[in-house]
Amino acid sequence: MLDIQDLHAGVDNKEILKGLSLNIKPGEMHAVMGRNGSGKSTLSNVITGREGYYISKGDVRYKNESIIEWPPEQRALAGLFMSFQYPVVMPGVNNTYFLKSALNAKRKHNGEKELDAAGFLKLIKEKLTELDMDTSYLQRAVNDGFSGGEKKRNEVLQMLTLEPELSILDETDSGLDIDALKIIADGVNKYRSPERSFLVITHYQRLLKYIEPDVVHVLIDGKIVRSGGKELAIELEEKGYGWLES
Amino acid sequence: MSNDQQIIDSNINKEYEYGFVTDIESETIPPGLNEEVIRLISHKKEEPEWLLEWRLKAYRHWKKMKTPNWAKINYPDIDYQSISYYSAPKKKELSSLDEVDPQLLETYNKLGIPLEEQKMLSGVAVDAVFDSVSIATTFKDELKKAGVIFCSFSEAVKDHPDLVQKYLGTVVPYTDNYFATLNSAVFTDGSFVYIPKGVKCPMELSTYFRINEANTGQFERTLIIADEGSHVSYLEGCTAPMRDENQLHAAVVELVAHKDSTIKYSTVQNWYPGHPDTGEGGIYNFVTKRGTCLEDNARISWTQVETGSAVTWKYPSCILKGDNSVGEFYSVAVTNHHQQADTGTKMIHLGKNTKSTIISKGISAGKGQQTYRGEVKIMKGAEQARNFSQCDSILIGDSCGAHTFPYIDVRNPTAQMEHEATTSNIGEDQLFYCNQRGISSDDAVSMIVNGFCKEVFNELPMEFAIEATKLMEVTLEGSVG
Repeated sequence: MLDIQDLHAGVDNKEILKGLSLNIKPGEMHAVMGRNGSGKSTLSNVITGREGYYISKGDVRYKNESIIEWPPEQRALAGLFMSFQYPVVMPGVNNTYFLKSALNAKRKHNGEKELDAAGFLKLIKEKLTELDMDTSYLQRAVNDGFSGGEKKRNEVLQMLTLEPELSILDETDSGLDIDALKIIADGVNKYRSPERSFLVITHYQRLLKYIEPDVVHVLIDGKIVRSGGKELAIELEEKGYGWLES
Repeated sequence: MSNDQQIIDSNINKEYEYGFVTDIESETIPPGLNEEVIRLISHKKEEPEWLLEWRLKAYRHWKKMKTPNWAKINYPDIDYQSISYYSAPKKKELSSLDEVDPQLLETYNKLGIPLEEQKMLSGVAVDAVFDSVSIATTFKDELKKAGVIFCSFSEAVKDHPDLVQKYLGTVVPYTDNYFATLNSAVFTDGSFVYIPKGVKCPMELSTYFRINEANTGQFERTLIIADEGSHVSYLEGCTAPMRDENQLHAAVVELVAHKDSTIKYSTVQNWYPGHPDTGEGGIYNFVTKRGTCLEDNARISWTQVETGSAVTWKYPSCILKGDNSVGEFYSVAVTNHHQQADTGTKMIHLGKNTKSTIISKGISAGKGQQTYRGEVKIMKGAEQARNFSQCDSILIGDSCGAHTFPYIDVRNPTAQMEHEATTSNIGEDQLFYCNQRGISSDDAVSMIVNGFCKEVFNELPMEFAIEATKLMEVTLEGSVG
């Protein structure tokens, strides 16, 4: 699904990722853990194609195609989704309108018929129930006046609606209380399937208690220094990152 | 991000889509301005003596005036002697649309406003002003049944001279300001509306203006009178053909609202904004629009969507004379490329319990410069007057500017004033967020901008709201990556 080979990348002439390799197969859930400044955000930004990041060496391949020259919307339409660490506020832009536009852009790209307002409403109401969200959400502007928890829930709602094949969850657990965390984890777990892959980027092991990763990677100074099973996350929680630094 | 500027630069090149010139034979007075020219205009229009006198008084006053320079706009000096002050298509006085030059109808088709279809489908009566003389007026009979007068200004001078004489210049006197005074001297045509007592106008009244004759200044004059207890909604929309020479437009609109009446005046303006790289050749739009709530419980509402012109100088205003009268101003103004706009409103509260609302949304992209200039004046007798003002600006890119000058003058301590202002920009983060959801940058900008303008668009009649949304898309398309 996602194959990253010896990736060297950075921003403003500063190299942040220094030879990172990662391979995620369909159906797998990988977690990348690391401290602030280890390169976690750069990794998610480079995969999704954010402006301003450069790649000096290596490649990012998605479904066997190099995507590093693709604009971000092309990657999104191809099935790549990111739940943002800091979801962006869009004053005046209605959630319903926003999500319907996104979904229809994708359906159009896939050669499917675009959904009309009634069809979309039916779909979105099901998803809202799944995440225990109120229908008043539909009238509100995108992330405008949302609490931290509401914003993260909105990200997961968008994921469930857009049905991506590869989802990057960037610090999705931050700012969530335990109830919200469980609801979101439930949503993600239900969404897991043999065709869908996940890359969970996180600082803490908290979220991983509820969504069990197949593989855990430790990112230090732009490189993956160790990979292992879910027990690696628990070990990190106990010992911290220090023992892995050379 | 280093790429932001590059994205913006590479995309601020959206060409004006509605640029074309219709080749219709015109009768044009040679350029120049003097008393002879004014007499000639008046003579050609077979005007009564009093109107010629009024024009001449205005002209003599204008000669003593100086071009105002307080607005935040730059443009080369206008040579008023190089402008031709009269241009009329040769064919006129048509009784039905069938007689209209097919080429003109084609022009309307290009603009997406087929008259025929509009007549049938939308129930909008259209008084098409093509250059200076009205060519087609529709739905006249139906309006007549309701007692509504809706005709070109010249017809009104012929058929309803008493009404014209009674109201002309009562809201915008011929001494008012440089451009209004010039208009008073040389105006060629425009629209006239009279809604009699107690009548709710059965349809939206709509006029499409086009500037078509090369080198012809357009001096429209519109007068709308709503008698006691009446109600009217008037739409004005315009696009213009592309050309090289600067075109001056100095229109005057006067609204008179009697007791318990309502006038709603909506404008969508999309004149040629000038060459995208240099700003050359765009329309200079110096407009004076003002309404008076003459008596109690009258209401005047201005809604404008300004996307065109190289220079816009425009302050639709309300004089709230009658007690409990209401003035409203809803505005969206867009400046892209080299466009400059200095626009806003004036609300003058004279009567008791008068209320005014100002919602202004400014969007700047490219090298566009935009100024909101608003004045709220509460006079001594205006007990319990209230005003709410909200002025929001959005910036796209870092080469444009937004400026806000709210003037408040309160002379009665019972007044309640509220003023809110915000400035924001379309951030790289918002665009990336949309992109990551599969939405293109153009769609994202139009989504964000439409969200920003929603409060104003909601005030527009349905068809106009759709047209306005479309215009915004065209105007801002490509303003970011």
